[in-house]
Amino acid sequence: MELIVNGQRRSLEADPQMPLLWALRDLLGLTGTKYGCGIAQCGACTVHVDGMAVRACQIRLADVTGEVTTIEGLGTPDAPHPVQTAWIGEQVAQCGYCQSGQIMQAAALLSLNGDPTDEDIDRAMSGNLCRCATYPRIRAAIRAAALRMGGV
Amino acid sequence: MSRAGRIARRGFLIGSVAVAGGVAFGAWRYTRPLPDPFAGTDAGALNPYVLIDADGVTLVAPRADKGQGARWLQAALIAEELDIDPATARIIPGPVSAAYYNRALIADFMPFAPTDTGWLAETARGAADIPARLLSWQMTGGSSSTADGFDKLREAGAVARETLKQAAATRHGLSRADLNTADGAVILPDGTRIPYADLAVEAARLEPVTDIVLRDRSQWRWLGQPMQRADVVAKSTGTQVYGIDLVLPEMLHATVRMAPWGGTVARLDPVAAEGMPGVLRVLPITGGVAVLARDTWSAMRAAAALDVAFTTPDTAGDQDAIWAALEATHDAGAIDTRRRDDGDVDAAIAPGDFAAEYRVPFLAHAPLEPMNATVLVTDDACTIWAGTQVPDFAVARAAALTGLPQTAIRLENQMIGGSFGRRLEIDFIAQAVEIAMAVPGRPVKLTWSREEDFAHDQPRPAQIARVRGRVTADGVQALDLTVASPSVIASWFGRVSSAPPGGDVSITTGAWDQPFAIPHFRVTGLRAPETVPVSSWRSVGASSNGFFFGTALDEMFATAGIDPMEGLLRLCDHAPSRAVLEAVRDLSGWTGRAGGQGRGRGVAFCLSFGVPCAQVVEVEDTPQGIRLTQAFAVADVGIVLDPVNAEAQLSGGMLFGLGHAMNCELTYRGHAPDQTNFHAYEGMRMHQTPAVQVRLLENGPLRGLGEPGVPPAAAALGNAIFAATGQRLRQMPFSRAVRFA
Repeated sequence: MELIVNGQRRSLEADPQMPLLWALRDLLGLTGTKYGCGIAQCGACTVHVDGMAVRACQIRLADVTGEVTTIEGLGTPDAPHPVQTAWIGEQVAQCGYCQSGQIMQAAALLSLNGDPTDEDIDRAMSGNLCRCATYPRIRAAIRAAALRMGGV
Repeated sequence: MSRAGRIARRGFLIGSVAVAGGVAFGAWRYTRPLPDPFAGTDAGALNPYVLIDADGVTLVAPRADKGQGARWLQAALIAEELDIDPATARIIPGPVSAAYYNRALIADFMPFAPTDTGWLAETARGAADIPARLLSWQMTGGSSSTADGFDKLREAGAVARETLKQAAATRHGLSRADLNTADGAVILPDGTRIPYADLAVEAARLEPVTDIVLRDRSQWRWLGQPMQRADVVAKSTGTQVYGIDLVLPEMLHATVRMAPWGGTVARLDPVAAEGMPGVLRVLPITGGVAVLARDTWSAMRAAAALDVAFTTPDTAGDQDAIWAALEATHDAGAIDTRRRDDGDVDAAIAPGDFAAEYRVPFLAHAPLEPMNATVLVTDDACTIWAGTQVPDFAVARAAALTGLPQTAIRLENQMIGGSFGRRLEIDFIAQAVEIAMAVPGRPVKLTWSREEDFAHDQPRPAQIARVRGRVTADGVQALDLTVASPSVIASWFGRVSSAPPGGDVSITTGAWDQPFAIPHFRVTGLRAPETVPVSSWRSVGASSNGFFFGTALDEMFATAGIDPMEGLLRLCDHAPSRAVLEAVRDLSGWTGRAGGQGRGRGVAFCLSFGVPCAQVVEVEDTPQGIRLTQAFAVADVGIVLDPVNAEAQLSGGMLFGLGHAMNCELTYRGHAPDQTNFHAYEGMRMHQTPAVQVRLLENGPLRGLGEPGVPPAAAALGNAIFAATGQRLRQMPFSRAVRFA
């Protein structure tokens, strides 16, 4: 079957029942998307499908009809997305394992809502678990990214 | 392939570890030379922490990084004296070697309170390098990496710097004293710049220069300044490779399904699972079953569908029986340790005085990166790629399992996606070795499911504390705290090595050692039977004793009408601890328990790992439930070496403590927890996170901050809920009794 991932058409031989998460990690070598719980309770596997944040552990390959963007496609160390720039600036990461998912969720939020309130941030981000509890810096980074993306 | 792997095939060996390491501590009283971790590898090692070759400078950071920033801080300590921007150096965890033993951790095993700086205590701590070397622990734990590395890593950098200067001086017929260093180069008097890499071959022929003087902190360029951790960019772009992300040629994937604790496989029919797509093999291993497959998902799907039955042991594995065993331990009253017995509590406390019982539950570590290890076994070698806090123990276990000598076992420590103590265990590494032995020549990556992680975590033990005390309008006159708990130290050592004799002081750590001048003050640890395996959970004994102690004091203050902040300050007889309390009072604008408009405030203090930490939590009682509005934390680490990260550790530690106090517990049934995934073990989430302010002080000795933010949090929250609602919470998690918004 074929997938469009990070702007590239990728063909792979896989069970159509396989969750997108494992196809990305084990078959396509895109390990920036993380496995944390497998039941959509932690958000570590968050990717974009046609720009919407989805949990890659919950969507089967057979059901992926849109273009997939992973953390690797959002930006790179040399050319980071504004949300990644904000994450770096605030030094959000501790262990960092959840941060791919946090960043993808935040990028999706900001693409829909350029000036989120605290309540908007709570609603969008509460499904993304950070065991190190970096939440205050995640909140600060989202605010910083909103300013940056708004061109202020 | 890692840097260490490439080093093994090139270059030259410089200096001897015994000499370079010897100077790191000034006077050795123990003369057997330490092994050179890079011996036989042709490494360009100036000492065990600095490698220089034609490609540049590599700094060795042997303490594992689980997210606490240890790898970066270790590199910065070396780089500060080496005169190189740590961001331009390669940083590697290095090989497993006794050269990297942890002196600070062993020092904390000595039976002296961390505030005791008397002659006997200091002498005993100073002597701790001898048993540490004999045990040769390369362990990461006990918030010890900073204290352990502060002198020896800077000295390693200084020895390397001076030796490079000597090489340049010899080459140009100059005196070393006339040379300078900056940005990874030796600077000659005429301004000529010689990069360190150009001097490595000549430095190799020199005895390391050891007459060094460490720089005063006023001269520091990086330490103490806001720095950007080297891993922050990778962790913000999905390019950080954790152990679970490793990809090796020809690699197979595996997962396990293990029997409940203490159980075995009673029956296994592998046929159906082996017929599932992608599955290669179903393999019995010690205590369970492994599934080998072409990808992780196929392995996990087959493991979940496996036709297997397990036995369970005939011991107390249900939660009611576990609580009953703890109560019985109290009733029996057999003392395990009693490190504090001031005055005469029995005479001072009268019938009718304060008495209360407190309970804390089992808690899972549940770091977000599930347990994993990749192993390649061949006829004469075994290579392990895994994140571990105890590489020595992992190597020893792999040697025992494979029958290979320890010298044939190579372990490449990986960046770790959280631990909270979980990676002090080596169960997942041992399993991966067993699986890899079945497919020699093929690397195997073992990845646990989250369900396996909850089922086979070795949790923080459930405990019951009984407290008696006497309080008057003048303050707390007597406190008698008794804690019943299984022994974390015996349980853990028994698994990874062998259990030590003697009492387990960790049962009362965070209580017996508190800097409070209570006239009649007794703390007793009782050892309960081990019902499920238990282990160190971020801040270990202090994680629960901070709650028992901080809540009991607050209750007694309330009884006597004493403001809790004033009450703590009146009791505290340790200057750095008093300063921490005063600072949190000022930072929070403390005016008492009552906040007005349904708000209440609680304060708690705990000195753990030598770090005094005080916290104030404010809650609001809303129609939707208890809402955490603000949280303040102040701690004293002696010297704030990495301020951006120190703030993160203190904030994160406090929020970690708050989240678990709110809603986390493991309850056991048949030796397995009822909680199977994060839906039943929420912890702190964004919408429940209060506004946080932290402050760091520098009055005490140099200490690390990975754990000390945790212990006061639960008591501060419980005390705040009491202030807001009048409801006293004596059992965690608090969600058993109150609803959180």
